[in-house]
Amino acid sequence: MATDSRSKQETARGARKGQAPWRQQADSYLNHHRKVAADSARRLWRMPVASFMTWTVMGVALALPVALLLLLTSLEGVSAGWESSARVTAYLKLDSSLEDARGLAQEIGSDGRVEGVELVARDQALAEFRVSSGLEDALDFLQDNPLPHTLLITPEDSARSQAGVQSLVTYVEGMESVEQVQVDLGWLQRLNAMTDLLSRAVWALSMLLAVAVVLVIGNTVRLAIENRRDEILVAKLVGGTDAFVRRPFLYTGAWFGLGGGLVAFILLELSLWWLSGPIERLAGLYRSDFSLNGLSIDGALALIIVAMVLGWLGAWVAVKRHMDDIEPGEIAGG
Amino acid sequence: MIEFRQVTKRYDSDHTALRQVNFALDRGELAFLTGHSGAGKSTLLKLLMVMERPSAGEVVVGGQKLNSLPRRQIPYIRRHIGVVFQNHQLLFDRTVFDNVAMPLEVTGASPSDIGRRVRAALDKVGLLSKEKMNPMQLSGGEQQRVGIARAVVNKPPLLLADEPTGNLDPELSADIMNLFGQFSQVGVTVLIATHDIALVNEMNCRTLTLDHGRLVAGGSPLMGV
Repeated sequence: MATDSRSKQETARGARKGQAPWRQQADSYLNHHRKVAADSARRLWRMPVASFMTWTVMGVALALPVALLLLLTSLEGVSAGWESSARVTAYLKLDSSLEDARGLAQEIGSDGRVEGVELVARDQALAEFRVSSGLEDALDFLQDNPLPHTLLITPEDSARSQAGVQSLVTYVEGMESVEQVQVDLGWLQRLNAMTDLLSRAVWALSMLLAVAVVLVIGNTVRLAIENRRDEILVAKLVGGTDAFVRRPFLYTGAWFGLGGGLVAFILLELSLWWLSGPIERLAGLYRSDFSLNGLSIDGALALIIVAMVLGWLGAWVAVKRHMDDIEPGEIAGG
Repeated sequence: MIEFRQVTKRYDSDHTALRQVNFALDRGELAFLTGHSGAGKSTLLKLLMVMERPSAGEVVVGGQKLNSLPRRQIPYIRRHIGVVFQNHQLLFDRTVFDNVAMPLEVTGASPSDIGRRVRAALDKVGLLSKEKMNPMQLSGGEQQRVGIARAVVNKPPLLLADEPTGNLDPELSADIMNLFGQFSQVGVTVLIATHDIALVNEMNCRTLTLDHGRLVAGGSPLMGV
């Protein structure tokens, strides 16, 4: 009833000004939002230390899971790269001659699925082993060379799928003088299993930290509500709707989120910059092209938007818990 | 404009603030609400503001029964009621202008509209020159007039005042009462809770008197409407 009479008034006024009433309503609504948003931002700015501390808490809580996610995606990229460079190693029987081995290498090399074959002759293998293992003296006691001829087979791009590699292995295994064929993907599977586990852990951590962020913002906004109690009372007294009274605090939460997201972004960039040197050295030692990728622009935007949503959510929790308790009943006294 | 029908307000089982109160106020009527402290004056005003709900009976404002009003409709009722408090409830973190503008802001009025109507209200209470000041810099009487400007800025059909002259000297009180008189002349229903008997006698208006929650005088003229 009351709403109706109000909208009738608005209609009358709008018509007098020759402007569509809904247009005027929408304009004033947007205007009010702009004003409230600016006012909330100014209030944060007026308490720089307190605001900055909240931003930092939020930034740290957000940066941690995002950093782990970045690490995870980088790791997944690496293992994908290594999977495609899988090599098949074929050990020949000890009694096969070097000529046999050469012939076999040629035969395998001519197969369509094979890009190249490298023959490591048993003498050459022993020499390398002698140098790299440091077991020179022990090897001297051996009468025979215990190592077989070895073929290092690199599959064609098209045969680098798991099934392709498998069929290649079966083909090579079927050859007469081949003793054993090895595709060492075991460690890769272990790495994959580890990244799977890590990714679950990261998601669980992200959830926990998101809840923490919501609670931190909720508590901060609760203090803001206490500080502006009089204002809330008066606003309710002169007919401010719940939405009207809540609005500044929801904006406050969103601004906290924006600041927190920016701090998180800066923290991430700083730590990436700080880590990039050691990571390059480490990757160099593993002859890997591994690199820890920073956030893309999309990623940074997503981070900030998520942070703002979390801030807004925190404010909503605080507003729900504390503002509805503030009723002007007590204002009029006894 | 206002009607109380057999209104009872009980807070606890042993504390009854209002007992079967019956009265009605017409459009443009100015009435005083008097009684000893604790007689139920504030409770009566709170019922009108929907800060409290009656335990029994009906409160009707502007044809709207407040008993059955859903909670989310309360703000829209309050927009039609101006209230002046003894301690005026001004906000000291903003200017006089912004204080008076609050009732218009909650309705989503346009800035030009707000400017025009706030200045009109401040002009009415004679404080147009102080719109940019902080209410803290004003005297008690001026602060009270800012409170009145805020109460009338959106031209409510009903104006309530709770001890509006409580802290003021007689001369200022008379000024403020004059203002209320002017509002009632343009059709605003005014109800003033006070225990300033001298002032009430001077104004020679209808007076509702409460005693321990019972309306003992002033309820008769429109009773039973």
